[in-house]
Amino acid sequence: MFVLIGRNGSGKTTLVRILATNLESTAGTATLNGIDVTSEPDKIRKRIAIVPQEARPIPWMTPLQSVLSYLLWRGLGYAEARQKAREVLDRLYFGEKADALNRTLSGGMKRKVLVAMILSTDAEVIFLDEPTTGLDPISRRDFWEVLQEIRKNRFVVLTTHYMEEAEQLADTIGVLEEGRLIALGTLDELRRRMRYNYSVKLLSLPAPAVSLTEGEMVKGRDDLPVILTTEEEAFRIAQNLSREGIRFTINPVVLEDIFFYLVHHGGNTGGG
Amino acid sequence: MAVKEPARRSRLSQVLAGILVNSVYEMKNYPVVLLNTVVSPLSFLLVIVFVSRGSLFGVGIEGGFIMAIFSAGMGLSTDLSHLKNDFKLQDMIVSSPTSWLTYMTGISLSEIVYSIPALLVLTILAWFGLSLSLAGALEFVAVLLLVFITSSSIGFTLSTFSSDIVQSFAFTRLISTFFSTIPPVYYPITYIPLPFRYLAYLSPTTYAAELVQNIGGYLSLSFTAVITDWAILVAVTIAVFVLARTKARWREV
Repeated sequence: MFVLIGRNGSGKTTLVRILATNLESTAGTATLNGIDVTSEPDKIRKRIAIVPQEARPIPWMTPLQSVLSYLLWRGLGYAEARQKAREVLDRLYFGEKADALNRTLSGGMKRKVLVAMILSTDAEVIFLDEPTTGLDPISRRDFWEVLQEIRKNRFVVLTTHYMEEAEQLADTIGVLEEGRLIALGTLDELRRRMRYNYSVKLLSLPAPAVSLTEGEMVKGRDDLPVILTTEEEAFRIAQNLSREGIRFTINPVVLEDIFFYLVHHGGNTGGG
Repeated sequence: MAVKEPARRSRLSQVLAGILVNSVYEMKNYPVVLLNTVVSPLSFLLVIVFVSRGSLFGVGIEGGFIMAIFSAGMGLSTDLSHLKNDFKLQDMIVSSPTSWLTYMTGISLSEIVYSIPALLVLTILAWFGLSLSLAGALEFVAVLLLVFITSSSIGFTLSTFSSDIVQSFAFTRLISTFFSTIPPVYYPITYIPLPFRYLAYLSPTTYAAELVQNIGGYLSLSFTAVITDWAILVAVTIAVFVLARTKARWREV
């Protein structure tokens, strides 16, 4: 599974829509399995499927009808499509909900309907554009299990805002910033691009003056400062912050810290 | 032939999907929508019949057919806009083996299925109110087919440009009013005072209405006028279909 992360407006959706042949590119080329998707979109369409950002299942239909009709659109005969639809909904434990109207389903189940639609196809490459946005943490974790099912025998391209999601699911991570791929690699490879292994996140503003012998301060979530540094230095800073009564968290670096670091440097980290 | 068979069956499946999604499942799960299709053409027919004290009953039925068919085609504009913008269905279909024409055909036919209640009522009324020969009936159906291809092509093209349903409704209402309510669809064109009569010829439905009123014997057109009306109707149909093919935004730029 390839996971694309990046800020709002960094170009994740644009890239996915170009690769999924929804959008024509203004410059350059894009190839998928050796096929140029910009000039020969019809050649690749049998082999791809997408769940676009903010997609919803049609409320006046049931999950069974949704999957069945999508399979018809992909060219299957009615009987085969119906059988496949039943199979995939059983595999995803829809039970009686397979025949309930989509509008009566929970947010998590609605996303599962969309995934069932593409899981039922024989597409080799699946694009999922922010499929878990807006889901509560439990539904999101349930959804990850469904994604594990999809990735078994296909290549999945997933975009997300949730760093823990990327950490959990990605084989390879791409970081986009202002339309540029500023980093690409496994989590370990990205981690190696950063010289620091600990982060101290301050939980309030304004940021106190912190003297650093090693490390650097970058902007984190909600513009709160994040100090990226070594383990020894992190604990020294933590002691000083505690003495001054400043709230913070301290932890070994996670993907979110790496992301803030990469964005702060625009990808120019000197690493691989 | 054996090679082409799976592709043909596949296209039939894709057309069937459009019909199921946009009409059969909706009618099955929300039966109240069936009333909508009947109300609009029949309410106009009733007004025309009451105002004319029954003298325009036949013309009104013919107008009802044209309005029902034109509205069915224009329905693509709002329905496809809804499916595209609110459910992102078009993006899912673009990234599949379905072509724009197959998608448009399926959804267009769904609009006809959706209009069956209205067409059924109008057909029953026509049985009593119109006297058509077989050739006349076939000509009538051919006119309606051209009207449907025209309005479907307009509806499809508009839907691909719309960014939300409100915008789509606004354009659809505007076009429907100018093309099927104001023009002489429910009444003979001779009812319009002469200087304004020429404006009516800006609408393709005027030519359709003239032809069906001529078939029904409510208007007496010369042979040249009939040929001219057919030629214009066919030309407009081809023009808007080519417009849909070349200008509709199937894959976004």
